Amino acid sequence: MEGTLNVIGYGLATLGPGIGLGLLIAKAIESMARQPEAAGMVRTTMFIGVAVVEALALLAFVLAFAL
Amino acid sequence: MINVLAAAEWGGEFEGVLDPINALFDFPDLIPLELFGLDLGINRTILIAWLMTALAATLFAVGLRAPQVVPGKLQAFLEMIVDFIRTIALEIIGPKGTRFVPLLTTFFVGIFVLNVAKITPFLMLPPTSRIAWPAFLALISWIVFIGVGIKEQGFGAYFGGILFPPGVPKALYIILTPIELLSNLVLRPFTLAIRLFANMVAGHILVVITLVSIHVFLPSLPVGWLVGTFALVAAPVVFGFELFIIGLQAYIFTMLTAVYISSSMEAHH
Repeated sequence: MEGTLNVIGYGLATLGPGIGLGLLIAKAIESMARQPEAAGMVRTTMFIGVAVVEALALLAFVLAFAL
Repeated sequence: MINVLAAAEWGGEFEGVLDPINALFDFPDLIPLELFGLDLGINRTILIAWLMTALAATLFAVGLRAPQVVPGKLQAFLEMIVDFIRTIALEIIGPKGTRFVPLLTTFFVGIFVLNVAKITPFLMLPPTSRIAWPAFLALISWIVFIGVGIKEQGFGAYFGGILFPPGVPKALYIILTPIELLSNLVLRPFTLAIRLFANMVAGHILVVITLVSIHVFLPSLPVGWLVGTFALVAAPVVFGFELFIIGLQAYIFTMLTAVYISSSMEAHH
């Protein structure tokens, strides 16, 4: 067995954003289904939220290579 | 596995492939060139970038050079793209957003064509998977949204609004100011660049794994061909998925730039 612990670290770091994205997108779909006329606004806001939540996983992706 | 992939990409040579991941992205210079200590060598990435950029530029120049009132097919298609970006700009930035439509369209179309090289036969390498491209695009976006903030609100008001958001107890500024500084001025362009870069790197590795699996496993007899057949069936799915990711990343980069511009146009409440 060889490799680095960084990969495990990256795997762990994806858990939080994974749960976060699940919750976020589920809520967005829910509100789109309730109010289809607000779908455009919800989608835009959802992508902004996704971008913020993703940041942690992205940092982990970089650190897995950098450290 | 990774070594096999790298070797296959290099034409079956196992010798000299020291860093397998880099071997998928870093190609030797065709024309070595060095100016003032900068490595300006022409390699495969640069050639692909030039080709795709020239393609997009030609398409737009031909389609929109002499616009007709009743648009032809090409003009209608290009107008659809511009209108799509215009809708985003108006929705997010507001009426002032029309000023940024050229910039956002350039971002969207540029990133899209550079990404699409990932699944274009004979190219199969997105220039955006080298950090220089996304980093430079994010740098432009960073300069634009800070510039807009300074221009719209004035230097003091803009940075004051970012660093010392009003309506917060004074003592909290000890914690809040470093966080706001980091998130607004460092993490925004950083995540903008890394998001595009990481998605392209991951996508390129996925495409290479799928195609090389077909290449390596399909002719291998006892059981290997099962893996090869699976990869052959999966390949169109992978390509479709990558096309979705390519479009999504171009859209997200454009949209987030618009969001950052809109947030620096209006003062914090």
